Amino acid sequence: MNLLAAAPVPRDLPLPLPVPEWLLVFCLVVFFLVHILFVNLMVGGSVLVVLLEWMGLKNKRWDALAHEVAQTITVNKSLAVVMGIGPLLCINLLYTLQWYSANALTGHAWLMIVPLVIVAFLLTYLHKYTWDTWTSGGKKTLHQLTGLGAALLFLFIPLIFLANVNLMLFPTEWEKVKGFFSSLGIGNILPRYLHFMAASLAMTGLFLAGWFGRRDSDLSHLEGFSRPELRRLFYKVCTCITLAQFLFGPLLLFTLPAAGITTAVYVIIFSGAAVGLLALQQLMAELKSPDAAIGGRYGRIVALFSVVVLGMGSGRHVYREAALAGHQAEVKERTARYAAALAEFNKGQAAKPQPAEQSAEQLFMNCAACHAPAVKLVGPPLTEIAKIYAGNPEGIVAWAKAPGKKRPELPQMPSFAHLGETSLRKIAVLMLEKAAVK
Amino acid sequence: MDFPSFYMDHLAGGRLIIGLIASLHVLINHPLAVGAYPLLTWMEWWAHKHNRPDIDRLACRITFIVFIITTTVGAMTGVGIWLSTSLFAPFAIGSLLRVFFWGWFAEWLVFISEVVLICWWFLSWRKADTAEKKRKHIKIGVALSLMSWLTMALIVAVLGFMMKPGEWNQTRAFLDAMTNPLYAPQLGFRTFFALMTAAVFIWFTAFFFTRPKVAGDDGPKRLRRWIVYRMSHVVLVSLLGVFLFGTWYWNCIPETMKANSSVALLTQEFMSWHGRFQSLLGWTIVAFVVIGIGGLSNTFTLPRWALLVPSVMGIWLLGHFERAREFMRKPWVIGEYMYSNGIHKDELAFLQSEGLLRHATYVKHREVTEANKAECGRDVFMLACSRCHSTTGLNGVIEKFTLMYGADKPWDAAGMTLFIKGMHQTRTFMPPFPGTDKEAEALVAYILQLRENPQTLRGAQSEGITFAPVAKPVEEAGR
Repeated sequence: MNLLAAAPVPRDLPLPLPVPEWLLVFCLVVFFLVHILFVNLMVGGSVLVVLLEWMGLKNKRWDALAHEVAQTITVNKSLAVVMGIGPLLCINLLYTLQWYSANALTGHAWLMIVPLVIVAFLLTYLHKYTWDTWTSGGKKTLHQLTGLGAALLFLFIPLIFLANVNLMLFPTEWEKVKGFFSSLGIGNILPRYLHFMAASLAMTGLFLAGWFGRRDSDLSHLEGFSRPELRRLFYKVCTCITLAQFLFGPLLLFTLPAAGITTAVYVIIFSGAAVGLLALQQLMAELKSPDAAIGGRYGRIVALFSVVVLGMGSGRHVYREAALAGHQAEVKERTARYAAALAEFNKGQAAKPQPAEQSAEQLFMNCAACHAPAVKLVGPPLTEIAKIYAGNPEGIVAWAKAPGKKRPELPQMPSFAHLGETSLRKIAVLMLEKAAVK
Repeated sequence: MDFPSFYMDHLAGGRLIIGLIASLHVLINHPLAVGAYPLLTWMEWWAHKHNRPDIDRLACRITFIVFIITTTVGAMTGVGIWLSTSLFAPFAIGSLLRVFFWGWFAEWLVFISEVVLICWWFLSWRKADTAEKKRKHIKIGVALSLMSWLTMALIVAVLGFMMKPGEWNQTRAFLDAMTNPLYAPQLGFRTFFALMTAAVFIWFTAFFFTRPKVAGDDGPKRLRRWIVYRMSHVVLVSLLGVFLFGTWYWNCIPETMKANSSVALLTQEFMSWHGRFQSLLGWTIVAFVVIGIGGLSNTFTLPRWALLVPSVMGIWLLGHFERAREFMRKPWVIGEYMYSNGIHKDELAFLQSEGLLRHATYVKHREVTEANKAECGRDVFMLACSRCHSTTGLNGVIEKFTLMYGADKPWDAAGMTLFIKGMHQTRTFMPPFPGTDKEAEALVAYILQLRENPQTLRGAQSEGITFAPVAKPVEEAGR
């Protein structure tokens, strides 16, 4: 409990969840993984394209390969965006307070997602559709810079999401956050980022090994590459990076703040890693297999990786649940307490006899903000009004219902027709009385 | 609101940003997606049926532009509405998501199919080289048109619901919200508006792709005449729909909101526009009629620039429609349920009796004292006013009070307090003040301090958060 002493405990929205919680959790985990897969392919793809195009300066065949890879990014990026909406919907519902709070605390960066992604996407299209026209000299450099610009943006934008996903887990830290950059100091963002980036490259490698391995895929643009060679190349990317993940993974796990660490988290993550070892072993076997047989284990490898990813995704959720359990409970308790007090109050209000009609004095409060007895506040003082409407309260009523504009130096009076004729008459009579007393 | 307050002082809290993102989204979505997909599909079908490869090529080129814009700026501004609303009004979007979950979920599924279909449709266009493949390709276009219309149909339900909740606040039922009375007219208005503007967009873009390249080549000219003639028909027919559904829409708006709309038009930023409103609306329709009829002629071709006139007016008309729609919602963010500052209707009296600060989370003090008055006022401002007002900037409280109490004389604190408490009576588009008398006085103290010493109020995104321990229930505190 001490740990949570510094966490703000806000009230939740007084509306029930629209669907059972377990369903939302299931959707969150699964949809998020689908989303992140396409994000991986988009980010990893754009990084690979930059590298391959640069290699292409020396040997044209790499340039052609870079162009082929670039074709895949624009579709993957559209899917990355659209597949992100589902998990966002779920996380908004499941962690309403934590999620929106993290958004607000990193607000400027959160808002910058929109223009940054637009620019990154436009650069990606520019890069793709100028490939055959910006081919030499300064134009080629400009082309490469376009690709680099897009890749750098794709490397930065995930950091904003990561900062939010991370910050929401630690309400006790919220008080320390003063803007996006300071939020990067909380939790273990750097290891998470490295793990994500490595996953992007590994998944892209695996995807391209399959993409170029399709029997009906057209390799006619890729002179100097054979199909097995391409498969082996991207298998190699996937294998090397997956090996590195056995470094980044533990680094991430062991730097996680203690808040959500439970035995279950370890069990799930280590089981995932064990399956990861199997996938790695299969990858190695693929790399060693002869040209004719390469690709035979592709389905198995994809299945194994799916299990790994599902394990990591579930482990991540179990950690989140544990890290937020205390805060969620406190929020629930405070929300219930507030609802009870509110219901009690409203019951008392309903039981009270309906207030009698408002007195003239009460009604006059609507006017007193602008009309003082003897001095001009906003509108003319009562003394002046009395002079104009002496013995004519009906005149005041008519004016209040549809005020005109007589004095150019004063703001126009709003209509008070909604108070009703009877009330306005009461006010008018009182106004004249008040002025007479002065 | 019980979330850290994201706040951009000089942009009227930041509402302006939602407005800009949303307007850009609608301006792309309506003409370039909802309206253009069916028209381009129809062009493709016509080209196939009458064996006109030039029309097919033209449709494909325009689709390229549509593809690039909708999958970048179009898609991201759509997501951007959500991302920015999460910052400025998490209470509203959070509540809407809970009520409209299935609506949003269905929209997402439709949206996925829309994205897949536009990628598929455009990227496979040139590969469809046989009659059979072409027929299949046209079907993708038809599916895409349907899906993009469905996306709009679902989201309009949410917009309509925010204006007039129907029976929702009693039954909390999803279907009630979906069948609210403003739904059909608004959807019809948007559908025909989309078709009308899409026709002008295609017409305009076609000029760039139908330039005669070889002297004496009649092809481009013939193609241009073809597209102008067809698109002007679309303009004229859709215009009628825009007019009819627009009229129906305005007739369906509840009376109170209509009353508000005249306040909106008269007193707010619309003030100077109001005189021109009706004549401009008239001219917009005239402009579309003129180019629609002009396009029917086969003796002369309307110049390209002539199309910019109705386009600009169309943008203006839609912009006005959206702004008025947003404004007419006031003082509610969700009609009869939640005020625009996130206070629920049913907790108003409670907070007025017990105190806004007492039940908030992100505040420095819970009780107003002489010593902390202005600091409390600052928190009250952030909770009750900051969703619409800046301090000293756009739509600022200082500006508003200067209009009332004058720029060159001291302001009367007692008068201001009275005004704040009765504000919703005189400014019917504003929510009632949701705090105690002391909190109203604190707010006035803060405003007077601001006047003396204008200081930008920084939001949680730069200032971070402060929170006082949760207050004990009133009875225990010994009241």
